[in-house]
Amino acid sequence: MPIDILMPALSPTMTEGKLVRWLKSEGDAVKSGEALFEIETDKATMEVEASDEGRLGAIFVAAGTERVAVNARVAVLLGEGESAVAGSATQGAPVGIPVAVAAAPTPPAKAPPVTVAPRVDDEAKFFAKASRRTVRDALRDAMAEEMRRDPGVFVMGEEVAEYQGAYKVTQGLLQEFGASRVIDTPITEHGFAGLAVGAAFGGLKPIVEFMTFNFSMQAIDHIINSAAKTLYMSGGQMGCPIVFRGPNGAAARVGAQHSQCYASWYAHCPGLKVVAPWSAADAKGLLKAAIRDPNPVIFLENEIMYGQSFDVPDDPEFVLPIGKARIERAGRDVTITAFSRMVGHALTAAETLAAMGIEAEVINLRSLRPLDTETILASLKKTNRLVTVEEGWGYAGIGAEIAALVMERAFDDLDAPVVRVCGADVPLPYAANLEQLALPQPEAIVDAAKSVCYRS
Amino acid sequence: MATTKKLAASHAEAAAAGDVSSAELLCYYRDMLLIRRFEEKSGQMYGMGLIGGFCHLYIGQEAVVVGIQSVLIPGDSVITSYRDHGHMIACGMDSKGVMAELTGRRGGYSKGKGGSMHMFSREKAFYGGHGIVGAQVPIGTGLAFSHKYKNDGHISATYFGDGAVNQGQVYESFNMAALWKLPCLYVLENNKYAMGTAQARAAAGELYQRGMAYGIPGVQVNGMDVLAVRAAAQEWGDYVRSGKGPAILEMQTYRYRGHSMSDPAKYRSKEEVAKVRSEADPIDNFRRMLLEKGHTTEDALKEIDREIKVIVTEAAEFAQQSPEPEISELWTDVLVGA
Repeated sequence: MPIDILMPALSPTMTEGKLVRWLKSEGDAVKSGEALFEIETDKATMEVEASDEGRLGAIFVAAGTERVAVNARVAVLLGEGESAVAGSATQGAPVGIPVAVAAAPTPPAKAPPVTVAPRVDDEAKFFAKASRRTVRDALRDAMAEEMRRDPGVFVMGEEVAEYQGAYKVTQGLLQEFGASRVIDTPITEHGFAGLAVGAAFGGLKPIVEFMTFNFSMQAIDHIINSAAKTLYMSGGQMGCPIVFRGPNGAAARVGAQHSQCYASWYAHCPGLKVVAPWSAADAKGLLKAAIRDPNPVIFLENEIMYGQSFDVPDDPEFVLPIGKARIERAGRDVTITAFSRMVGHALTAAETLAAMGIEAEVINLRSLRPLDTETILASLKKTNRLVTVEEGWGYAGIGAEIAALVMERAFDDLDAPVVRVCGADVPLPYAANLEQLALPQPEAIVDAAKSVCYRS
Repeated sequence: MATTKKLAASHAEAAAAGDVSSAELLCYYRDMLLIRRFEEKSGQMYGMGLIGGFCHLYIGQEAVVVGIQSVLIPGDSVITSYRDHGHMIACGMDSKGVMAELTGRRGGYSKGKGGSMHMFSREKAFYGGHGIVGAQVPIGTGLAFSHKYKNDGHISATYFGDGAVNQGQVYESFNMAALWKLPCLYVLENNKYAMGTAQARAAAGELYQRGMAYGIPGVQVNGMDVLAVRAAAQEWGDYVRSGKGPAILEMQTYRYRGHSMSDPAKYRSKEEVAKVRSEADPIDNFRRMLLEKGHTTEDALKEIDREIKVIVTEAAEFAQQSPEPEISELWTDVLVGA
């Protein structure tokens, strides 16, 4: 019976990839374990092996095809005496298995479609000339532009140069700026974070990439004790212009040690600035601001957002102020604060709420330290109800801080107690159903907003 | 290939005989004595309650920093741990500003906000003053990185102790420094005790060999002899500056006082300390050599003693007269431009 060969997923977040080339032609005999074709994703290039014996029948996806969806049928494998008939193959699990990946994980559901509300502030003028960019490319463009602008800016981290970035965020930088400014480090976070702090004291402007912020725990002594505190301890002499950036929070199905949100950890500490972009415009405008900032900046990205596209202004002087939130959607009934990927969830929830007659105002915090308290308080004054959303744990979290803020400064504006939507208070589980339960979903935001509006 | 040598041959005699002028030798004497007297005064003031918190004295180790600094050129970076008063003085920082920081006054190098362990001077390229054992090693390596990046011909003198040498980040730094041939001179001040733990109880193997696996040359030097230190620093400073990569100088030295002021020093005998003081004191022995070789006279040395007494007395007075920081200083210097 003919067997479909499907596009496999190479990573938990992969939804599509490029079929680079075929290593077998139609009609070729194929043995189990032989490489059939090569695919490329935003992270890696890999050969896909056959898991069955047979003869390669029709090829449906030509070499060089971009954006082939995971589980799309790319070819058919025929048994003895079978002939290629399009559409005759059985449906089933993918036959192709990527080399070095034990089992192709189920790709996560696609993030909700992103709708950006019309810009209402002075950012709008920059969007007259804008291009569609992924968050990943926006981050890369921000670094490249700032490296062109300032020869003291350099990037270091694991796999940032030759490999082009573990998540391809630094793609092309090595080729443009060379190995002296795009520096592959050994796997040694504590050491290279400290080294970068020394380079910053020495007058350079390092961008340190952590492959994920989970690994920054190895380096946290240098981030806090060396980078954040030295200006104060030196009576203002020893500034530390440095950016620590990388994906933060949960990706998809990567387990507890790779899925933690560090927003409240870093936002706790004076001497740091902490930003968390959501859109590609956020990513570009805030990363440029972070690189130009004379202080240490923690720049929290999100792996799932890397592949999502948004309009980004073409003007290289599009630099967003750190410490300013953005109202992504105006509304009169309830204020929802969110940052990073949760902004998308909040907007999705707002659409559902609108259908129920509840108009939610969604604030993209963008900056967690300093926090744009004025925007939050002004919105609360209008809506009198507040829901905070964060992917991380609620205990001592960003939502707790905002709840305290409004209690202290806007107690009389509250018509209902603040409700926090946050990650479950457990290490993140691996199982798909439990992971889904542990992370905030749009439905939970809808429920929270209804509860503060006393709607059932 | 690592070349590690146990106890570099004493360069002291060769140096004293020829390539160092009498005037320079007197400078070393003066600098060592200034550090000694400054630290003695700090100890007194701590006892009087004028200095608070932690206060780690450098008494006994003066030859190390004076010998190393004698071969550095302006613009070379210097960084060390919390036992830092001697390093700041040897870098040319003002005794008044250092002492006023110890007393927590606004005339201190950090405006009273850093304390004994946290002082800095951009002007003198002194980068602290770090309180986490070993943390200065990657930072010093990063300063070396910045020199290489800027191609400015400078090196980073990165000091650390026999306690720090067991921290993992030291080896992360050695690896990168060797890999990227960074101009970093690692000065390992082995004063035999990591707080209260003797070297033999905490550290396996020979410390000067700790860079061997990375191909970093290491030598052991008599850190109680300023000319031996100077000769080793000259040789290996040149090596580092020439672009060959880092080097490790293990300075065999000794601290006379406790780890900090609150240390009862029960982990070693009074006889042990007395023996080092009487036989190996870096200042006494150097003074004797200067006189024996005819580099100076008793009168000239006494004049230096008097001059130093004045400097230290003035520093102590300044440190007591300088006012406490303005209340508003609580909120400044958290962020640049905030």
